[in-house]
Amino acid sequence: MSPQRRLVLGCIIAAATAMAGTGPAGAEPPTGAASCSGCHGPAGTEGPVPSLLGRPAAETVAAMAAFRTGQREATVMDRIAKGFTDDEIRAIADWLAGQGAEP
Amino acid sequence: MTRSAPSPTGSLARGQSRRAALQGGLAAGALLGLGAPAALGQATAPVVVIGGGFAGATCARSLKRADPGLAVTLVEPAERYLACPFSNLVLAGLRELDAQAFGYAGIEAAGVEIARQPAVAVDPERRRVRLGDGAELDYLRLVVAPGVDLRFDAIPGYDEAAAERMPHAWKAGPQTELLRRQLEAMPDGGQVVMAVPANPFRCPPGPYERASLIAHYLKTHKPRAKLIILDAKDQFSKQRLFEAAWAELYPGLIEWVPLSFGGQVTEVDPGTGTLVTEFGSHRADVANVIPPQRAGAIAVLAGVADATGWCPIDPVTFESTLMPGIHVIGDAAVGGAMPKSAFSANAQAKACAAAIAHLVREEAPPTPKLINTCYSLVAPDYGISIAGVYAPKDGLLAEVEGAGGVSPLEAPAAVRQAEAAYAEAWFQTATDEVFG
Repeated sequence: MSPQRRLVLGCIIAAATAMAGTGPAGAEPPTGAASCSGCHGPAGTEGPVPSLLGRPAAETVAAMAAFRTGQREATVMDRIAKGFTDDEIRAIADWLAGQGAEP
Repeated sequence: MTRSAPSPTGSLARGQSRRAALQGGLAAGALLGLGAPAALGQATAPVVVIGGGFAGATCARSLKRADPGLAVTLVEPAERYLACPFSNLVLAGLRELDAQAFGYAGIEAAGVEIARQPAVAVDPERRRVRLGDGAELDYLRLVVAPGVDLRFDAIPGYDEAAAERMPHAWKAGPQTELLRRQLEAMPDGGQVVMAVPANPFRCPPGPYERASLIAHYLKTHKPRAKLIILDAKDQFSKQRLFEAAWAELYPGLIEWVPLSFGGQVTEVDPGTGTLVTEFGSHRADVANVIPPQRAGAIAVLAGVADATGWCPIDPVTFESTLMPGIHVIGDAAVGGAMPKSAFSANAQAKACAAAIAHLVREEAPPTPKLINTCYSLVAPDYGISIAGVYAPKDGLLAEVEGAGGVSPLEAPAAVRQAEAAYAEAWFQTATDEVFG
């Protein structure tokens, strides 16, 4: 096998592995993220609960941190934010940020 | 749990439904290498979901989203789903039942096949569901989401016929409208009596929200009327919040009788409108009897319900601990610390769909973290909530420590108004996500 063909094959395997890891529908929501959409709707949702899709990750991380410490007033998000670790919040925030184009 | 399931072609010859045969044919083509693309093999992985409520409908849709290659069939005989959350407003004359109705067109458009039949049998060995019209559906994975059945054998005198006199209204529909009509027809000065079961049951704060909104109706329209709650337990969800709100909004109107003060209803007489307890009897002008419950009947037929009447599950995959290949979500499942709520059902359904998408690919399923938020309306502009975060622990869904809890006991009216608005927003968003 030529180095070039090996490279191509390697890319195909890498792509296939990436597909298997994320599922055919694209990026899979990380731990906990699927629950957010119970209240936070898609972009353009009217009402008092904002959509989180496409929001910069740093904003979501900062909001969750402020909810957790009580710096930011909340009705339920203070109680919910305390159930997630920093790593989980970062992963959820990154994933939400990447969902901007989704309906 | 991750052992490979039988090939969907295994029962091709016996499959009666055209769709199942078609799937089998595609699978056979793929297996025989007749030039079918590899993805087609996956397209034949049939997942059947029984029950089109918050749990089942969410799961069917989430399965397609998680893996468009899955062949997902939702088994649901009803043309439209009548949602229970917010149906207490219908009782109180503050909302119409039609606002609770949702169709399945959006789910169909998302690529889910709808079988408009009841599921009448499950053969876990052959992995096959039989429908009311005799058709059969093969499955690689089955999701059972039947909600609850009301137990008409639990309170002497309270059977299905009695429910026409003493409505339970614990499934939104004709029963909701019946109870509303009875409340409307009751003379001022009349007495409403509610019977509330012991745990576990669908929607733990629901009876107390109902009591609140009936009290709102009575205060507005029949100020001399009374409401008695006969309760088969000594504590209830959001109790301090409800009791504080009742004292503030409906002083002297609601009397709550706990178990230890004779709250358990031991017999009813629908003819005379009497509810009997260990301590005496109560005459009702309007009686709302919410009987004990169990998982919907198909769960028993599928062999996934245990002696308690509910369905034990693995908290990571929601797969039955009694029957491999069958997952149970929503009110029918033993959710550990998670309450039986529409929000929980929706969250569990998404986690279950993710797990199934992984299992079908023979991958390890992700460990879920779930949220529940339940709002209750004490008055149309007065909302309270309970929230929790849940993760698998020791084989059950356990509450994540340090998180969750109820609304503050002391809060300005603006906070209660905000929670009432959030309740409405949740209902809108959740039903849009599931049925829209």
